[in-house]
Amino acid sequence: MKKIKVNEKWCLGCHLCEYYCAFANSGIQDMVKALKDMQIKPRLRIEQNDKISFAVSCRHCEDPICVKSCISGALTIKDHVVCIDKQRCIGCYTCVLVCPYGAVLPSEEGAVRKCELCTSRSDSKPACVQGCPNKAIELVEV
Amino acid sequence: MRYVIIGNSAAAVGAIEGIRSKDKKGSITVISIESHHTYSRPLISYLVQGKTDRDKMKYRPDSFYEDNNVNAILGRRVVKIIPDMSSVILDDSSAVEYDKLLVATGSSPFMPPIQGLNDVKRVHTFMTLDDAVNLLEIINSQSRVLILGAGLIGLKCLEAISGKVASVTVIDLADQVLPSVLDKKSSQIVKEFLEKKNVDIRLSCSIKQAYENSALLTDGTQISFDILVMAVGVRPNISILKAAGAYADRGIIVDHQQHTSIKDIYAAGDCTQGYDMSIEKNRVLALLPNAYMQGYTAGLNMTGEEKTFDTGMPMNALSLMGMHILSAGVYEGEDYTEEKEGKYKKLFYSQDTLKGFILVNDIDCAGIYTAMIRNKTPLSSVDFELIKQKPSLCALAKERRSNLLNGKETW
Repeated sequence: MKKIKVNEKWCLGCHLCEYYCAFANSGIQDMVKALKDMQIKPRLRIEQNDKISFAVSCRHCEDPICVKSCISGALTIKDHVVCIDKQRCIGCYTCVLVCPYGAVLPSEEGAVRKCELCTSRSDSKPACVQGCPNKAIELVEV
Repeated sequence: MRYVIIGNSAAAVGAIEGIRSKDKKGSITVISIESHHTYSRPLISYLVQGKTDRDKMKYRPDSFYEDNNVNAILGRRVVKIIPDMSSVILDDSSAVEYDKLLVATGSSPFMPPIQGLNDVKRVHTFMTLDDAVNLLEIINSQSRVLILGAGLIGLKCLEAISGKVASVTVIDLADQVLPSVLDKKSSQIVKEFLEKKNVDIRLSCSIKQAYENSALLTDGTQISFDILVMAVGVRPNISILKAAGAYADRGIIVDHQQHTSIKDIYAAGDCTQGYDMSIEKNRVLALLPNAYMQGYTAGLNMTGEEKTFDTGMPMNALSLMGMHILSAGVYEGEDYTEEKEGKYKKLFYSQDTLKGFILVNDIDCAGIYTAMIRNKTPLSSVDFELIKQKPSLCALAKERRSNLLNGKETW
């Protein structure tokens, strides 16, 4: 089973992971068209203050409180990955209320946004991991 | 092992998933008075509103009973539980025997005694899929609707029908909307928001006398309506278990493992009075996530596992006509309040721990606050000044944060 590992001491706070994530999940082939002058919609978030920065994305908990709390059945576990069915999600934000990492993000589109480890894409590694210039986000076997 | 579950909603589904996580072989029988596939009750308002459909509002996929090898007896009422014979009797006089029984009978709308209520032509409740389908059938663009109750059910009903009917009036005996969820200030924000959307809200007010198509209110005014929706609150369905001898107060009393006072009988969900960590006492918490967790815990214990659930507390996530409200815990102790540009935040804390919060339109990362309440995180161990302004992992001690983000610890 693979999980995201975050090394805050290596994070530059460059926000590139957000751009790679948003591009990878935009469904658009051209990076410029996907990102330029667009409000990007990454599935992770950056926490940053004057001393530290790090990326926060879904931890894919073994016993995920978001899945257990989901009122519509839109959040499920598939092969150890917590997935969101955007057709079923009605945007009540119960998952935002219970996720202890703040890793489920509200979205104006209705359904919440969250990391699915890029499992719906064919690449072997999540886009944030591939794009991070300083290995501050890694995918490790646990 | 023969598992029998009375009920087919969140607690029942939680129990099925809890049982099957440990026991793939035992037989599971679900008995439900409703004849529908398991569906999410809170989604009925979205069905009426047209934001979901009968298929998408199913709480689990069509193959759920088959996948989990569940015998679902739907459309049958349990009339009696006979603990001495380990059996339940259905309304067709058939008996179903159990080794472990879960009662997850939910709750029903409370109908207050109102003079003339029987004379009203169209009285509806708003709790079940059938209620929603019935309401959808009778409302039209000419309908004038009176909703009694400005709680979660009443306001979600309001949202569901507001674009489809001529007018909606909401009245509540309390002096604020969402009395069990919000404080005075935030309820005022919500009320003003709804009034801007042309909702007629009358507080500290109830029906004195009801007639066929009108009502005399306690404030002396008369109001005409076509449809009256009763949304005063819910009461736990405890009668069959109480009749079998189980200890009950407002709800069925359960311990941290969801046992009732009767051997081999468990209870979960809206029908129970389970442990609420925020007040350190048992109370009825009629909330879907709580029902699932209790059901899951009951399911595990029914298989012989030892699992406790002692972190239940009031929690609400409410989206209302574009407004988002999240709340948790109790509203006691010192408080920190922030209000700006249509956003509102209030945190309650005492004895070095966060006790509760109310967030209106300022909801990002709210789960970090909820986790702090659930885990009784000492405020002295975090940067509380930072976390007051924004729930963030930054505010946690470095080692704790690092362990959380690398899977060495969990919340």
